[in-house]
Amino acid sequence: MAPSFKEVLKSGKFVVTSEIGPPKGTNIEKMLHHIDLLKDKVDALNVTDHQSSVMRFPSIGGCLAIKERGGEPILQMTCRDRNRLALQAELLFAYTRGIRNVLCLTGDAVVVGDHKAAKGVFDLDSTQLLRMIRQMESGKDLGGNELDGTVEFCAGAIVTPEANPIEPQLMKFEKKVEAGAEFFQTQAIYDLDKFAKFMQYARQFPVKILAGIILLVSARMAKYMTENVPGVFVPQNLIDELAAAPKGEALNKGIEIAGRMIATIKKEAMCDGVHVMAIGKEEVVPDILKAAGLAA
Amino acid sequence: MKSITKQKPFKEIEQQLGGFDRVYIAGCGTCTTMTKTGGKEEVLAMGKRLQELGKLVTGWIVIPTACDEMTEVAIKENNGAIQNANCILVMACALGVHKLSTYINKPVIPALDTLFIGVEDEPGHFQEVCAQCGQCVLGETAGICPLTACHKGLLNGPCGGTNNGKCEVDKEKDCAWTLIYQRLKEQGRLDLMRKYYSPRDYNVAPRPRMTQIT
Ligand code: SF4
Ligand code: SF4
Repeated sequence: MAPSFKEVLKSGKFVVTSEIGPPKGTNIEKMLHHIDLLKDKVDALNVTDHQSSVMRFPSIGGCLAIKERGGEPILQMTCRDRNRLALQAELLFAYTRGIRNVLCLTGDAVVVGDHKAAKGVFDLDSTQLLRMIRQMESGKDLGGNELDGTVEFCAGAIVTPEANPIEPQLMKFEKKVEAGAEFFQTQAIYDLDKFAKFMQYARQFPVKILAGIILLVSARMAKYMTENVPGVFVPQNLIDELAAAPKGEALNKGIEIAGRMIATIKKEAMCDGVHVMAIGKEEVVPDILKAAGLAA
Repeated sequence: MKSITKQKPFKEIEQQLGGFDRVYIAGCGTCTTMTKTGGKEEVLAMGKRLQELGKLVTGWIVIPTACDEMTEVAIKENNGAIQNANCILVMACALGVHKLSTYINKPVIPALDTLFIGVEDEPGHFQEVCAQCGQCVLGETAGICPLTACHKGLLNGPCGGTNNGKCEVDKEKDCAWTLIYQRLKEQGRLDLMRKYYSPRDYNVAPRPRMTQIT
């Protein structure tokens, strides 16, 4: 049997995770194809939970599909759509179906998504969700009642190493560590010097850090991300590099950049691994891994 | 403190008044006068628009403070014109609408939507500062309410959407947790931000909320 994600994290090897975005609708062909393409190339696969508050096939459904196909899923769980009862129920269900990894997120605001009039729940936040999992593991639900059969999860969270201001972000990071987060997948990083500084700080905590790598597919996307995505800054030299790519070659350039970054992170043992996100371009994740020297 | 309102789309008012041809209009001399949604000027303008629709306005009033006890007296004094109408269009906040419907046994129709209870932080600019949650944490958040000032009502610090001091929902809106952080830092009380806050009790006073003062 393949080692669990928890064991992989403990093993000290360079960990690689990636991400699956479920479809809007019941046509799961493409999602299954992505799962098959990636499941043996990475240590675990996240499944997003209505990313950017856009309603989709559920994370748990994607995780079950990964499990059935022999992969290791990471259930992304936001607090946006479910109150504490629903969150606990889903964790119980996930556990009985062999899902052992949860990424705890607060979740994006409803108003940024495609159901702008919906009620945002936020009964809990990411830190409270982490603590709730630990409490359930001790055999009690959040109401303090005995559970007949408990759960055990490898719980993770996210951090934005370049958030501005940074201090509140780091305080929250520490709160999540104290709440029992075992691993962190970071917001996309592009400036490795800045990331190294963050790691100097983060190293003092007993958690695994996977650097977030988002594939850049054009100079335009790089600029857009810098301007609009909180805590994401693409340095000018990377934007220039993408802009200089011959017509139709920007994607390949992006793959090269992502591969190069991963290779450096690994070579210099900057952190414990990477989380590769190729939003909408899952097809090329194997190429990124190849460019990084991580796959045959 | 003010009850902050905005006028409903006129189409909606027109539709709610569909079956009624004689209307009495009541505004309020306090909050909705202040926010220019239900003072004398707005009441008269509404009267004119209703007449243009072919309705008869049997009378109008701007009650000094529509939510208080004196409203009953004002209603009695104007009983004739009110009885002559077949509905009351209220340009007070929802508290005024409630008060009027306790005294008048005729359809009472709000012309305004009540948005929030706010304070005027700059002239003409109102901000919600309290959602009456029943478990105040202002003492630990440097006087900034995370339930109303933070879009998600978070207790344990900023979400991943905070960006250069702004909130992910709107670049014009401040991130509450950046403000709280800055003020706590100034006060030398950042330890409060490191503290873990457990999940809130959303039923401190279960709805319907009421209390008896003894
Ligand atoms: S925490 Fe906020 S909503 Fe609750 S009572 Fe205090 S100011 Fe009002
Ligand atoms: S950006 Fe700030 S104010 Fe907006 S939801 Fe997040 S923590 Fe709350």
